[in-house]
Amino acid sequence: MSTSRGPRTDWRPNASLEAAKARAQLLASVRDFFRERQVLEVETPLLGAAPVTDVHLDSFATTYSGPGETDGLPYYLSTSPELAMKRLLAADFGPIFQICKAFRNGESGRSHNPEFTILEWYRPGWDHHTLMDEVGELVSAVLASPKPDRVTYAEAFVATGIDAHDPDEDVLAAALAQWRLPAAETTAEATQALFARVVEPTLGSKRPTFVYDFPVDQAAMARLRTGERPIAERFELYFRGQELANGFCELCDADEQRRRFEADVEERERRGLPAVQPDQRFLAALTAGLPACSGVALGIDRLLMLALGSDDIGQTLTFPFSRA
Amino acid sequence: MATYGANQLRNGLKILLDGAPCSIVETEFVKPGKGQAFTRIRYKNLRTGRVVERTFKSVESVEAADVVETDMQFLYRDGDDWNFMDPVTYEQVAATAAAVGEAASWLKDEEICSVTLFNSEPILVTPPNFVNLEITETDPGVKGDTSSGGQKPATLETGAVVRVPLFVQIGEVIKIDTRSGEYVSRAKD
Repeated sequence: MSTSRGPRTDWRPNASLEAAKARAQLLASVRDFFRERQVLEVETPLLGAAPVTDVHLDSFATTYSGPGETDGLPYYLSTSPELAMKRLLAADFGPIFQICKAFRNGESGRSHNPEFTILEWYRPGWDHHTLMDEVGELVSAVLASPKPDRVTYAEAFVATGIDAHDPDEDVLAAALAQWRLPAAETTAEATQALFARVVEPTLGSKRPTFVYDFPVDQAAMARLRTGERPIAERFELYFRGQELANGFCELCDADEQRRRFEADVEERERRGLPAVQPDQRFLAALTAGLPACSGVALGIDRLLMLALGSDDIGQTLTFPFSRA
Repeated sequence: MATYGANQLRNGLKILLDGAPCSIVETEFVKPGKGQAFTRIRYKNLRTGRVVERTFKSVESVEAADVVETDMQFLYRDGDDWNFMDPVTYEQVAATAAAVGEAASWLKDEEICSVTLFNSEPILVTPPNFVNLEITETDPGVKGDTSSGGQKPATLETGAVVRVPLFVQIGEVIKIDTRSGEYVSRAKD
């Protein structure tokens, strides 16, 4: 396990030299892929003034003190470059990508390292289906895997026997008990727990599989499509039991974004989680105008796990968290 | 009452679930990208031996089970009681036939076993991986008879019946792998 803690003098790398070379090759391929498509590589700060608001994410916090700030100013390690990259989109940078580290407190296991590498990119003017095409091309090029399948969230959720978009609370609770899952506080949590336990293991066993059009209570930062059955224009990519990517047709409505942030802040308070202030610079950018776009984040370490045929993220890292 | 947070669960830890002492055999951190974190475990019910899966929220806690594994010497059987002694403290405990389970096939007096105690009561007896036992009954093997795959049944001093090669005879001591219940060889000494 990558989480087992060795002696303090254990200095050797975890990843083999072959794994390190495979990572270098993978990063070079990704950069070639985007250079050919004229997508600009950008960098945004890993250390930011605003923590993440998402109820299920926890930022590492630190304090800056020095010139200009002698009293100490709170700063947070980025859980995702999303908000900063959207500020670039609002400034008309056009299609952009970034390969960077992201940091999530509390996430450590066979597929998780608290510090990991994200590939994130944005395509102005594209909807999430066009972006799925491109994600599929990138993954197939890197892994030499077959063309991905696509299923809607509702279709995939049929495996549970429950209507994902209009679940009956009692039926959900019974299904949680049947699968020996803990009771959930919200419908979204119940649905997610069942999805992870029942649906995920069946996804992408032969070819990468996109799941798209999520229940509205799992919209995160995706645009909603209204209609008889409203859905969130969000997608995820699964391959061989691994959740590899998460993307949105991005929410561009500043008022709706502000409401979602406020809901996060309230839910955090209700759960007794650290209080957070939504990122005002990001909201200002959204108010100024984010072009219609789609964006996606892809886990580079997990992509490398698949390329190497490994089931332990630690084997892709020179020094996993336990030996960092 | 000691408890473990779901984040503290690890393989080998003994926990109390639905009143039953259990041993964790596998732990996995599960966290959908935009969802809450879980700890998924597979655990063995130490009474029934059944292995089951269950998922906890990372904020949940689980009661610890007072389970101790200790080497003890088998003394004697008295009806339904199988008596064991701690060779260090000389303390004696009586295990039920249910706790002894399949180990009963391999236990002879003075054998050192691993005994699992739950709240000081024996719930599981694990024999050594290899035991030497004497054959008390078997047909004389006929050389060249391959109709039975070159093997024949033999009854051991404990009453257990195992398949042995044709050349082994009554009165011989043989080595058995208790995990598979199979003949390994004639005992060396």
